[in-house]
Amino acid sequence: MTNAELLATDPGWLIAVKALLIFAVCVVLTIMAVWGERRIVARMQFRVGPNRVGKFGLLQALADGVKLALKEDLIPTAADKIVFIIAPIISATTCFMSFAVIPFTGEVTIFGHKSAMQLSDLPVGVLYVLAIASIGVYGIVLAGWSSGSTYPLLGGLRSSAQVISYEVAMGLSLVAVFIYAGSMSTSEIVVAQQKWWYAVVLFPSFVIYSISMVGETNRAPFDLAEAEGELVGGFHTEYSSLKFALFFLAEYVNIIAVSSLATTLFLGGYRALPGLTFTESWLGGWMGLIWFSAKVLAFFFVFVWLRGTLPRLRYDQFMQFGWKVLIPVSLLWIMIVATLRVLSLKSASRPVVMAFAGGVVVIIMVINIIYDRSQQRKARVGIEPDAPTSFAVPRLPEVK
Amino acid sequence: MSENSMEHINKKEIGINNVPTEKLPDLPPKPFLTQLQGFWVTFSAMFKKVNTVQYPEVKEPTAPRFHGRHQLNRHPDGLEKCIGCELCAWACPADAILVEGADNTDEHRMSPGERYGEVYQINYLRCIFCGLCIEACPTRALTMTNEYELADETRGKLIFEKADLLAPLRQGMLMPPHPMYPDMDDTNYYKGEVPGAHPSQSPGGGNA
Repeated sequence: MTNAELLATDPGWLIAVKALLIFAVCVVLTIMAVWGERRIVARMQFRVGPNRVGKFGLLQALADGVKLALKEDLIPTAADKIVFIIAPIISATTCFMSFAVIPFTGEVTIFGHKSAMQLSDLPVGVLYVLAIASIGVYGIVLAGWSSGSTYPLLGGLRSSAQVISYEVAMGLSLVAVFIYAGSMSTSEIVVAQQKWWYAVVLFPSFVIYSISMVGETNRAPFDLAEAEGELVGGFHTEYSSLKFALFFLAEYVNIIAVSSLATTLFLGGYRALPGLTFTESWLGGWMGLIWFSAKVLAFFFVFVWLRGTLPRLRYDQFMQFGWKVLIPVSLLWIMIVATLRVLSLKSASRPVVMAFAGGVVVIIMVINIIYDRSQQRKARVGIEPDAPTSFAVPRLPEVK
Repeated sequence: MSENSMEHINKKEIGINNVPTEKLPDLPPKPFLTQLQGFWVTFSAMFKKVNTVQYPEVKEPTAPRFHGRHQLNRHPDGLEKCIGCELCAWACPADAILVEGADNTDEHRMSPGERYGEVYQINYLRCIFCGLCIEACPTRALTMTNEYELADETRGKLIFEKADLLAPLRQGMLMPPHPMYPDMDDTNYYKGEVPGAHPSQSPGGGNA
């Protein structure tokens, strides 16, 4: 039975239990993720990281949360009060919503009921995730705008521009998956990856998605929205106490959400690693959850690794990369994928497919060579020295 | 002055426009795999020894000349070295030291010579541990220790009195006030010729 058929028979109480579980797991996972991130980044910098609160500092994030909750909740005089309060709520609620369509397991038995660990299975599940991610931007941009302060405004603008730009690349990278899977339902995409993960088949899409999901979640090296050195805290500068905690929560839940989506669409979701498929039937199907978590945690580690390694990008470079590299490349890639798919659906002969693929490679190489030549020619001509500019210098004392 | 007046000024006077500028060549981008080396740096760092010292449990010795808490030293017989001259207080750039001198008498002698420091306070909320007071001290009365754990709960507790700063009595020292070493004056003390307390310096010791 497919996940959609299994979920159709879910009683109401089971849906409620699943929703509650998703919420609880996400919150607990956030706490653990904060701790894990701080420990890992610390090790990368020859430090130990939090190790005081609880065993191995495990309760550090919990203590931070309690501290945040006990802090004074300030609302600036210049702030638009209602929007100021709504913004973090939008951020924190939307980030949980995308988990509704993520399949955590295949067929399992929950309290004697045959079902799957998935809240609902929409035929357009991935589109739903993208839509929810777009609504999440409102939280950020409204927070920046309603704070009535300059830095949050700039941070909010930056981050909404960033999220919107990278959502385009992200959406385009998913198109290849839709073309290959022939479905937008998350569970069907997982099933479609039975033979080969899409991370292998559609490697360029996977790379583009991985880059754009970092941009999408405002994480280092794309954390321009909260560039501490430039914008204090970015959109959440004026936030304190629980409202700030909500943004904090949203950031980490978003990381887990995009990682889950990446796992589902490119890494075979709850399916085992290739060669270990015999483990899938262990624990009555619950083994899928373990595989899924392992993949998501691996993604999370990459997030932390990126943060520990790369410096923050300059804003214009970042936007240029998004619009001039990621989007054109993914458009081109989609065209290639679509053509290949049509060829294979029309059951074209292998030589035709090979000829097409070879042609694409040749065209790319020719373009690359022409580009290199033009670059070299430009270098030979040399750049004219800049004309002397008149600086705005202070007036000299009058000479008599 | 109008905007045109800028024109009359000789361009050379402006200076900044005449600094020769040089266009640096753009470095070619490194090969892709070379750029990825940074990831290995951080990844391998995870399995290396950490530099952290687990401070409250583990304490590493400071550098020998570390500027820590001050100490008021004593002569080998126990008399204080401080002569209450206030040079340390005058040298202090943070105005952290308060000294009030008083006269030594034969009945009440705290230090060799004429004067001693009756009140000696260092305010560790102000002290910047620059060590200028130590350089200013003419008798080596004031030195610094390597003690750095100086946190406390109240402001008052961080003003250290003379009793807090005085060096402890060591072997062969006598608690002042007591008379000077027989047949020695403050110059002998200064030159370090006093070996230790003489029996005659102890209370009633001269008579015994």
